[in-house]
Amino acid sequence: MTVLTADRRGHAHGGVQKFSLARFGGRWLSPVLLLLLWELGSRSGLIPERTLAAPSAVIGTLVEMLLSGELPSNLLVSFARVAVGLLIGVGLGLALGLVAGLSRTGELAVDPLMQIKRTIPVLALTPLFIVWFGIGETPKIALIAFAAVFPVYLNLYSGIRGVDLRLLDAAKSFGLSRWEQIWHVVLPSALPSLLVGLRYALSVAILVLVVAEQINASAGLGYLINNARDFMRTDIIVVCLMVYAILGLGADWLVRTVEARALIWRPSIVEQ
Amino acid sequence: MDARLGFTALQSAAGHSDIPHPEPVVRLRDFTRRFGPNTIIDGLDLDIAPGEFIALLGRSGSGKTTLLRTLAGLDEVRGQDVEVPDSRAVVFQDARLLPWKPVWKNVALGLKGDRVRDRSEAALKEVGLGHRLDAWPLTLSGGEAQRVALARALVREPKLLLLDEPFAALDALTRYRMHDLVLSLWRAHRPAVLIVTHDVEEAIALADRVLVLDKGRIVAQERITVPRGERSAISGRLREKLLSYLGGEDHGEGVVPFAPIAEAAE
Ligand SMILES: Nc1ncnc2c1ncn2[C@@H]1O[C@H](COP(=O)(O)OP(=O)(O)OP(=O)(O)O)[C@@H](O)[C@H]1O
Ligand SMILES: [Mg+2]
Repeated sequence: MTVLTADRRGHAHGGVQKFSLARFGGRWLSPVLLLLLWELGSRSGLIPERTLAAPSAVIGTLVEMLLSGELPSNLLVSFARVAVGLLIGVGLGLALGLVAGLSRTGELAVDPLMQIKRTIPVLALTPLFIVWFGIGETPKIALIAFAAVFPVYLNLYSGIRGVDLRLLDAAKSFGLSRWEQIWHVVLPSALPSLLVGLRYALSVAILVLVVAEQINASAGLGYLINNARDFMRTDIIVVCLMVYAILGLGADWLVRTVEARALIWRPSIVEQ
Repeated sequence: MDARLGFTALQSAAGHSDIPHPEPVVRLRDFTRRFGPNTIIDGLDLDIAPGEFIALLGRSGSGKTTLLRTLAGLDEVRGQDVEVPDSRAVVFQDARLLPWKPVWKNVALGLKGDRVRDRSEAALKEVGLGHRLDAWPLTLSGGEAQRVALARALVREPKLLLLDEPFAALDALTRYRMHDLVLSLWRAHRPAVLIVTHDVEEAIALADRVLVLDKGRIVAQERITVPRGERSAISGRLREKLLSYLGGEDHGEGVVPFAPIAEAAE
């Protein structure tokens, strides 16, 4: 009997090890395999270079572009576009969300407009923005800002309206003023929702950046891609795609970090 | 013996206005509360003396919470004759701590002046939670959360402490501990207390006076003069009596006369 138990435990242990191996090793297995196949396909000539450059070529180009400063300088331009667009868009979204969330009059004034705005796909505005703002930096930043407003607005607004009325009652019963109630109860309870909105805003901003940068840019990742397209440099295009992906990951990491700090009181985070 | 509510005072105070003190902290006259067509509280009179401990019994939906919200100043009274002290505090059935503030900040919520943390710490020590000052509320047990809520109420040194079924969600043992805690805090700070409860035993164990609310009126009240801790002798009879009021038997219209349980007090 004892032997059996020991034996079983041994098995279970092995199972756990196998499982974690499958989780950590296994996750990388298929992407690496794909890269290998891709490399093989390129080398054997199955995938022509004008269709898709080989991974090794892409890495070579990446290093080259990094060293020449071409990639960092253009990345900086794109990054500045997102940053400025987000700053304006998130700022507007915060202001409108607060106004609509905290006052009935504000809600009446703001919410219908925002709902109308929601029905217009942002990118469909590109031609109009070009007519208004020309083809410089302004339409690109305006598009990003315009896209970032709504997720922030909606999530802040619904977060504020979703405040637990029982907590608000408790705060009232202790004689907190209206502003103290907002500061201590309403805003903290809207924060998780606001952070979700922020995450949406970041990802949609990067999406819009990709398209907005196709507007006759003379610098930035979009400019690099356009140029590469004209010279059929698929390696450069892939490098730029990678950078876009890294931008997206970075944005996500940023919000996660903010969340982990701001929502430290949540049980899921507390337990860790 | 509870000195303020001497037996003689009771005898002479029998009748409608039974408060021996000239200045009640709470005074309601002909108070009515409606939600749409439903009259929840119907012409209610209530006086609470300073330092008095009152238990409010009533069936579910009888309007206990509604009355308590009025006393807490959470509902508009629209020109009705309602007097409540400015310094009052509420403990709800669910502790209602702000999950994003550590325990001591919850207790300190809205406190003005200096030494806020010290005062908060002292209150938490008093309820036996001096070691959890910086804990997050979501990590507390139900009983601990309720003790924090008690500390948060008491740190304000209220003249009126309102408790809405504060221990209903706790297990029996914890509930007994909480009774002792509430009584010792009450003795130390002497607020007037109104505790809403479903539990007749709880009412008998804690209160100077038990009110029964039904159909928007106080249909019965019992003053208990026996010292707490010696109440097991009377609790059986009193319990029957209160349960019969709660059981929904028809007691006719209006208020049942005030009846001190004189025999039991001897
Ligand atoms: N805001 C409201 N709007 C409409 N009706 C309400 C409102 N608040 C309470 N009521 C009604 O008033 C009645 C009394 O409610 P109340 O919460 O005071 O009961 P209670 O005595 O505390 O009951 P319980 O013991 O179940 O807590 C109920 O019928 C309830 O539906
Ligand atoms: Mg209730």
